[in-house]
Amino acid sequence: MSLFLGLPANVVYATAGIYAVLALATAIVAGLRWRNPGERYAELTARTDSWWWMIGAFTLCVLVNQTVAVIFLAFISYLALKEYLSLIPTRRIDRSVLLFAYLAIPIQFYWAAIDWYGMFIVFVPVWMFLLFPALMALEGETQGFLRAVGTLSWGLMLTVFALSHMAWLLVSGDKINPIAGGVGLLFFLVVLTQFNDVAQYTWGKLFGRHKVTPSVSPKKTWEGLIGGVATTTLVAALVGPYLTPMDWPWSALAGTILGVSGFLGDITLSAVKRDLGVKDTGGLIPGHGGILDRVDSLTYAAPAFVHFIRYFFYP
Amino acid sequence: MSQNPITRLLRFLFFAVVVRAVILVALGLTVRHRERLPKDGPAVLAGNHNSNLDALAMMSLMPLRLLPKLRPVAAMDYFYTSKLRGWFANNIVGIIPVKRGSGKDGGNPLQLAEEALDRGEILVIFPEGTRGEPETLQAFKKGIGHLAHARPDVPVVPVFMHGLGKALPRGSMLLVPFNVRVVVGEELYGTDSYAEFVSKLERSMTELAAEEKLPAWE
Repeated sequence: MSLFLGLPANVVYATAGIYAVLALATAIVAGLRWRNPGERYAELTARTDSWWWMIGAFTLCVLVNQTVAVIFLAFISYLALKEYLSLIPTRRIDRSVLLFAYLAIPIQFYWAAIDWYGMFIVFVPVWMFLLFPALMALEGETQGFLRAVGTLSWGLMLTVFALSHMAWLLVSGDKINPIAGGVGLLFFLVVLTQFNDVAQYTWGKLFGRHKVTPSVSPKKTWEGLIGGVATTTLVAALVGPYLTPMDWPWSALAGTILGVSGFLGDITLSAVKRDLGVKDTGGLIPGHGGILDRVDSLTYAAPAFVHFIRYFFYP
Repeated sequence: MSQNPITRLLRFLFFAVVVRAVILVALGLTVRHRERLPKDGPAVLAGNHNSNLDALAMMSLMPLRLLPKLRPVAAMDYFYTSKLRGWFANNIVGIIPVKRGSGKDGGNPLQLAEEALDRGEILVIFPEGTRGEPETLQAFKKGIGHLAHARPDVPVVPVFMHGLGKALPRGSMLLVPFNVRVVVGEELYGTDSYAEFVSKLERSMTELAAEEKLPAWE
């Protein structure tokens, strides 16, 4: 692996590429605003500004070193769990159990950081899954018990277990990816999933006619989905050979998996928002909504990609 | 409040580092209608009271530049229970003490608060008077009506908050992270009738609460 500033050279080029695309997008949005001042493009501008912050924070933390990167990813998981628990109905009596649920985050990310796959993969789905309902039972309040257990277990799986796959990929990826390391794999996963969101949105805006899930997410169209997945597949085929151990056909397949699973994560969170009667999960990211609005696709894409590549490319 | 530069520095560090780390990072505020917050003093921020963190959260809404002017109005009997607690309340939190019930024997319990407004300070006040049941709005007391009447040119800005009563309710020492939702209302001005002003403020607070879709907490 050729290094540049202590980083895999290809990751440095990828980072430069991301900033180039971002600068181009910012210029286009500025042009649109210049031709059409006023409220019309205000949200698009807020969105683009937020992209600078998010990409800035992600690239900075991920590139400094692995420990900083894992702490950053754990913090995202914390923000996501907090947003989820603040959004759903909860019981007063469960306050202390919810505090324990937050403590699962550093532990889960620790298993990822030391690359103990066996514990990483059972900690939340087995141990936390068994522990929290029992703690709630010991509290002695049975009114609303099943709802409290169900919502907490699902939330932990989504915001802690699923998102922690990013950290495990970063740490474990070094040994299977001589060309760009774990950081190259993490870039491939995160950047393409986020790119896929934008691609599906853009295709849908330009050509969208036929709704996929009118009752859950009326803005999602087949045109957006197919156009977005096709674009992501193409870009994956182009960059995969430089960032991952996959050749271009495998990379293309991975891109398709990212595009489809990202879409599924997106509509799953949309169904949750519909059920709760909210438009956004929060207000943390101007123009985007909450953190869950931004990582919804990753909650599906991260485990899907990690287990795909683990099955085919890990020893 | 103390003019000692060391306590002023401690107060600044407490709010800039500790309070903001807890309120803005560990919990997180989502603020609606932030533009309605006063740009400078004198002003009164009137919030609903659920938690010991309420005043700190309301103070975190304002820029640090205004920190020297921010003064929470608080009951003496709650804070002046020990020397250390009193020192902390006076110098670090910067409270304006109110003696509960002192209005009954002819005194003006809000005299210090009025003087602070005359100095251009920004008061943080809880018209419910006490924290009560978490996340439940209680009837407002008349004090805010008196204060608004005494200084009719000073804007009173209603601030509705949800979440801090879940994060740190009365009687609990355990901070459980929850996002806090804040809705800032339009400014109100004092009138001749205390009761009318108080009910106007209560109505405004109920309307602000209705702007947010809040999850059940039972």
